[in-house]
Amino acid sequence: MTIRNAKHATFTIERVYPAAPARVFAAWSDKEAKTAWAYCHEEWPVSEHVFDFREGGREHLVTGPAGGTRHVFDAVYHDIVPDQRIVYAYDMHLGERRISVSLTTIEFFAVAGGTRLVFTEQGVFFDGYDDIAGREEGTRIGLDNLDRQLRQQRAA
Amino acid sequence: MLNYQAPLDLAFQALADPTRRVMVERLSQGPASVSELARPLDMTLSAVVQHLAVLEASGLVRSQKVGRVRTCRIEPTALHSAERWISERRASWERRLDRLGAFLAETEPTAKPRRKK
Amino acid sequence: MTERSTKHATFTIERTFAAPPPRVFAAYADAKSKARWFVGPEGWEKSNLKLDFKVGGRESVSGGPPGGPVHYYNAIYQDIVPDERIVLTYEMHMDKTRISVSLGTTEFNPAGTGTRLVYTEQAVFLDGYDDAGSREQGTRGLFDQLARFMEMQ
Repeated sequence: MTIRNAKHATFTIERVYPAAPARVFAAWSDKEAKTAWAYCHEEWPVSEHVFDFREGGREHLVTGPAGGTRHVFDAVYHDIVPDQRIVYAYDMHLGERRISVSLTTIEFFAVAGGTRLVFTEQGVFFDGYDDIAGREEGTRIGLDNLDRQLRQQRAA
Repeated sequence: MLNYQAPLDLAFQALADPTRRVMVERLSQGPASVSELARPLDMTLSAVVQHLAVLEASGLVRSQKVGRVRTCRIEPTALHSAERWISERRASWERRLDRLGAFLAETEPTAKPRRKK
Repeated sequence: MTERSTKHATFTIERTFAAPPPRVFAAYADAKSKARWFVGPEGWEKSNLKLDFKVGGRESVSGGPPGGPVHYYNAIYQDIVPDERIVLTYEMHMDKTRISVSLGTTEFNPAGTGTRLVYTEQAVFLDGYDDAGSREQGTRGLFDQLARFMEMQ
């Protein structure tokens, strides 16, 4: 028997930057700029990157350890208000398996001295198969994954 | 569904700290006593105990005292993939948004050119 | 510059159907069936539902009170697991203004010989045009219509 579970969650992160909203927004709308802060320092190199920043445009990013599982990020831009707001939907694949779909809102508010950035992600995560017979195996794999992820985070 | 926030916040807190990540990493290799956990860490035992309390509160780690020895172990069912994913997404964006701050500082138009570290 | 704001909201609606999951799922997957229940209130003028039911496929329909603003619904299918789950993102426009973007998850869970359908919407309402209360109300109305459609099958 397979049981599928979808889990929903929302989180919000805020930052204040000493830069005008137009400059902060440009760091999201320009491919080179975005790559410099969002992707360059991540654990794995980027092997594919498509970036089409407009309503209806998409971003496509593939990373992952060389010879290992492909991590694929595919986004569609739903709403763009220059210097003020970006809303995009994205999904993530690990290898062939879609593991989540999320809606991301980024807001840029002018404040004294700079910009307050508010990042909200509303996501649904697919637990995937929860095969009763394979639960022990799943736990062991889960710990291996946790172990590997922690090593990589520490190396970053 | 919304009940998720409390365990997620605790798991996120637990994983966001580098010392606690080191402790969880060690425990994922097998159980350890508190002093074994503390050995490679450059801090007082009471600081280690405080970190352990956060890990136990998050449900990631269990401990049991037998005689004078407290043994800690990973709680295998505690960190389901959904919680882990969400905690990682949040932690990953916290890091990225910090780097955005650094990027904006480095590319400030009126700043004198600085050497990148 | 226009004052911009957003409001994020999540709501869940559950309904039970006597029919098993594949039959309820079919009411979503088949364009002719969906057009029978996925409609606006009585008296609204409406366009034809366009549905390309596949991951990456699009769905659209519009309608509104005669002489009033036109509501446009445009969706992209993000994930489909036949007879089990549908995930999509959709935008609502009133005339030319985008009023919301939402992530909608529909799960078809077996419940005895029937189905427990669970719909979760995670929405961002834009610039004060809509709120969680009226969207949830409107969505409940759609499920009433789905229930009536399933009874007629």
